[in-house]
Amino acid sequence: MALVRINGLHKHFGSNHVLKGIDLEIEEGQVIALIGRSGSGKSTLLRTINGLETFEQGEIQVDGEHLHPHETDLRALRQKVGMIFQQFNLFPHLSVGQNVMLATTVVKKIGNKEAEDIARTMLLKVGLYEKFDAYPDQLSGGQQQRVAIARALAMQPRVLLCDEITSALDPELVNEVLAVVKTLAAEGMTLIMVTHEMRFAREVGDKLVFMHHGRIHEAGDPQTLFSNPQTPELAGFIGSIN
Amino acid sequence: MSDISYWDIVRNLFDGLLWTLGLSLTAFVLGGCAGLLVLFARIAKHPLPRRLALGYIEVFQGTPLLMQLFIIFFGSSLLGLEVSPWLAAALGLTLFTSAYLGEIWRGCVESVPKGQWEASASLALTHFEQMRHVILPQALRIAIAPSVGFSVQVVKGTAVTSIIGFVELTKTGSMLANATYQPFMVFGLVALGYFALCYPLSAYSRYLERNIHGSRAH
Repeated sequence: MALVRINGLHKHFGSNHVLKGIDLEIEEGQVIALIGRSGSGKSTLLRTINGLETFEQGEIQVDGEHLHPHETDLRALRQKVGMIFQQFNLFPHLSVGQNVMLATTVVKKIGNKEAEDIARTMLLKVGLYEKFDAYPDQLSGGQQQRVAIARALAMQPRVLLCDEITSALDPELVNEVLAVVKTLAAEGMTLIMVTHEMRFAREVGDKLVFMHHGRIHEAGDPQTLFSNPQTPELAGFIGSIN
Repeated sequence: MSDISYWDIVRNLFDGLLWTLGLSLTAFVLGGCAGLLVLFARIAKHPLPRRLALGYIEVFQGTPLLMQLFIIFFGSSLLGLEVSPWLAAALGLTLFTSAYLGEIWRGCVESVPKGQWEASASLALTHFEQMRHVILPQALRIAIAPSVGFSVQVVKGTAVTSIIGFVELTKTGSMLANATYQPFMVFGLVALGYFALCYPLSAYSRYLERNIHGSRAH
């Protein structure tokens, strides 16, 4: 039984048909790399999985939680799906520790002491244990993104959505974030990543999904797809980024 | 020369100033509370409260404060209600203040980046929890300077209530001017009184505006 199941997903932005019938199954522990040109629908697909975007047709299922068109009660689903953003989106008025503790105390109603233990554990995991009392604007971009990962992990999600999480970082900070993601993958976290880091996708990804004009154009084992693309569009895309 | 001494004039004007101050504070505090309701209605998910709040704001921003006071004061007596000038003035200014503050605060809430909504939504917070823990604390910091700036408008707005007979600074001034035949001197002192109330507020607002950017309030 797949952990994430997407069936016949259609989405419009006005008259623009951005997702034209997406079917995708993701097993527990898989690392999925979503690639494609900008405007191919990859970020939109990612954002529909936790309800940040609505859709008109189809169904999404994550660990038994069903998501239908125009669903408004997303609380149960969102507790199982964590998300990390390109721009980090840490809460600037809260300390690092408070950022990580917020959802566990407010949503899961976990007591302060226990929530703090969880937060410290998660910060240790991303290598920022000593930054518990710091504020986001005192951290580098790479550190902020690692805090964002810790914040998502504190909710113990079943799936983690990563939306171009290294795109806003200076080149020398990319690796510290990717190293954390790699550790998560090794521990068996299910990851769905929209990424431009092809080397990383190839190295860590279990499955590559190439999107083109709102459809899954090609999908499969990253090694095979990179060395032997079946469609001219994927070959062209790989050629354009290397 | 009348037998009203300078001391009498100053003492009476000071009494009037206190009433102006009291009315301003009342309107600002009650108007702030009502303004919060207007804000929540204005940014509600459901379109009905949004439209009602917008209509409310349009009415109070699109008509003179004086007309609002007339309608409350004379309208209530038409309905057979005995409303004192003080009550009509406080009610009118409160409603007026709530409409403006609600709209100012809406702008502050909307200036919080969209990513803050998305990040808190993806952590499974409800709309109310997002507002309470993520959006309002940030909007509040942005809102302080324009809110203090608007309080100057409230203080000056109280002068209009003299027309429905509420004895505050301006009304005291016109009574004294009639009694002393020295309108220039009396209204000069009245203006000084308003300036003494407003200048610190606008200076403070400017100070806040300069210092709010790039500073963390913790």
